[in-house]
Amino acid sequence: MNIHEHQAKEILREFSAPVPKGVVIYNVNEILEKIKPLKTNNLVIKAQIHAGGRGKAGGIKLVKTKEDLVNEASKMFGKNLVTHQTGPQGKKVKRLFIEEVSEINKEFYLSCLIDRSSSKIAFISSAEGGMDIEKVATNNPEKIITVKMGLYKSVNEEDVKKIVQPFSLSEKPQKQAFHLIQSIYKVLIEKDANLIEINPLVLTRHDNLLCLDAKINFDDNALYRHPDILALKDPNEEDPMETEASKHQLAYIKLNGTIGCMVNGAGLAMATLDIIKLYGAEPANFLDVGGGASKEKVSAAFKIILSDKNVKGILINIFGGIMRCDVLAQGVVEAVQETNLNVPLVVRLAGTNVELGKKILEKSGLKIISANNLSDAAKKIIEATK
Amino acid sequence: MSILVGKNTRVICQGFTGKHGTFHSEQAIAYGTNFVGGVTPKKGGQVHLGKPVFNTVREAVEKTQANATMIYVPAKFAPSAIIEAIENDIPLIVCITEGIPVLDMIKVKEKLAKSKSRLIGPNCPGVITPDECKIGIMPGNIHKKGSCGIVSRSGTLTYEVVSQTSENGLGQSTVIGIGGDPVNGTSFIDCLELFLKDPETKSILMIGEIGGTAEEEAAEFIKSSKIKKPVIGFVAGVTAPAGKRMGHAGAIISGGKGNAGDKIEKMKSCGIIVSDSPAEIGKTLYDKLAR
Repeated sequence: MNIHEHQAKEILREFSAPVPKGVVIYNVNEILEKIKPLKTNNLVIKAQIHAGGRGKAGGIKLVKTKEDLVNEASKMFGKNLVTHQTGPQGKKVKRLFIEEVSEINKEFYLSCLIDRSSSKIAFISSAEGGMDIEKVATNNPEKIITVKMGLYKSVNEEDVKKIVQPFSLSEKPQKQAFHLIQSIYKVLIEKDANLIEINPLVLTRHDNLLCLDAKINFDDNALYRHPDILALKDPNEEDPMETEASKHQLAYIKLNGTIGCMVNGAGLAMATLDIIKLYGAEPANFLDVGGGASKEKVSAAFKIILSDKNVKGILINIFGGIMRCDVLAQGVVEAVQETNLNVPLVVRLAGTNVELGKKILEKSGLKIISANNLSDAAKKIIEATK
Repeated sequence: MSILVGKNTRVICQGFTGKHGTFHSEQAIAYGTNFVGGVTPKKGGQVHLGKPVFNTVREAVEKTQANATMIYVPAKFAPSAIIEAIENDIPLIVCITEGIPVLDMIKVKEKLAKSKSRLIGPNCPGVITPDECKIGIMPGNIHKKGSCGIVSRSGTLTYEVVSQTSENGLGQSTVIGIGGDPVNGTSFIDCLELFLKDPETKSILMIGEIGGTAEEEAAEFIKSSKIKKPVIGFVAGVTAPAGKRMGHAGAIISGGKGNAGDKIEKMKSCGIIVSDSPAEIGKTLYDKLAR
């Protein structure tokens, strides 16, 4: 689960990491009242969306007067920001973070995450902070330091030294950096974060370290033990169809093609999309029905798939393990009747009770095209939607 | 021979009397697995599915000499179930449970590193040696004893590939689903190493997915291995959109790798034949062996 920058900074502040002073605004009318605690008119307006690259897309503006602040903030509310991390549809701005401007001397990069290949916790640091850190990683990998460690109460001093070494700090900010590393590590462990990224971490003109931007991603599997984190979820950031799907324990992702797909298991679902594309057509969605499929679940899946007006046909590909093909077939028949499905439907069944399942589909008298295997299924749905 | 499990594997189930534990233990017994009992705290002394129930793993191991356990307990309790199995030196632990927090798994991995146990999973379909031993949720009847070793990160896609190799007559020596979680017990490389050493395994199928760098590392391992066997690969997710993401750290740590194209290229450069179509993985292997 992702959270907004202002929420991430609030968490960092709780763990005594240095962050600039700022306030969050949901409505332009409350702006002048809310900024009263801020001590300067030199402010930065930051659009709060769950994606990076905001600066280049016009989601960050510096202002020097209250007038400018109100003007720029009104322009930014409701704006659709498209960055390299939002996808082409972009994200609508519904809240702003107004922060005191910091006088920046240097910009660094610092992050802490779970490294899957070593099963350890890793810190990544570089003196080349800012917007183009991935370019640095590709072109000058030697400028990026990665330090990996196990699960401890705190980071040991040797590791801390290695992490902050690229920053080449003088004594005062060096001490601050030591504290910051411990704070970030604690957030990761205590809040079950997968990723904490401070980019940029800045050294101010007065030689203080400050987390100028912050992103935190949490482990969905651990949210059950962090109700405080779960409460930070912003429904505006979720795709409405994906949210609807998750209510029915379906995993749905909309794509841009015309062939709707319903598959059990994420790997087989991806492979089904791959074969549709391989045969020259485009899938309309990824949809994993998971381990069981009742009539209700299949109906919900049909409705979600068909809410996409580009869909010209649906392919169901089920390899029954725990799921029995006869139960699924019954669910499909009832869902087709209930939803008055009016696009071609190809069903490929395999695994447990496959013969029973096929018979149920045949006997239903419905226009369901039966397929024998994966490639047959892909060919048939492409043919039917031509 | 085969690998990891066979006729001499004595299997217990943790979470034995629960809904999933019951269903899949029943299936395992019906398949002919040497199933010797189960563990459910506070239900020790009962008999379930005709097998003894124990309060603790220790007791189960003492009384049944079990050397493998399958875990079906909910995600909240699964890490301590795995650790209990590790502390009792069970050589093979298979955890089917999905949804375990990643930090819990890191803790488990640290215990595992100092132990005599091997963990498969979590969030995996399990491991099966056809006609001998089934530990997991895979449908037994699609398997056929044979010569191909299969290792996969996926669940149902594994069944797809298994049925392709059953239909064309090659059959499987052992099939392992290592699970799709970011931190898991057994890697591709661990399984490849065992398959390469196993005389009954004549060829290997490796089924990957987008994300992480496990496929790339496995490909590198195949290239450097002294023992050579035909290896066929597939990577699901060629069409997956370059999703919404936050931050850069994931991309930096994987060196910009992790997409299907990079994985396929790497596998090919290491001598692995990669099937373009998920429907032709079995055929690709068959054709390679027939040549």
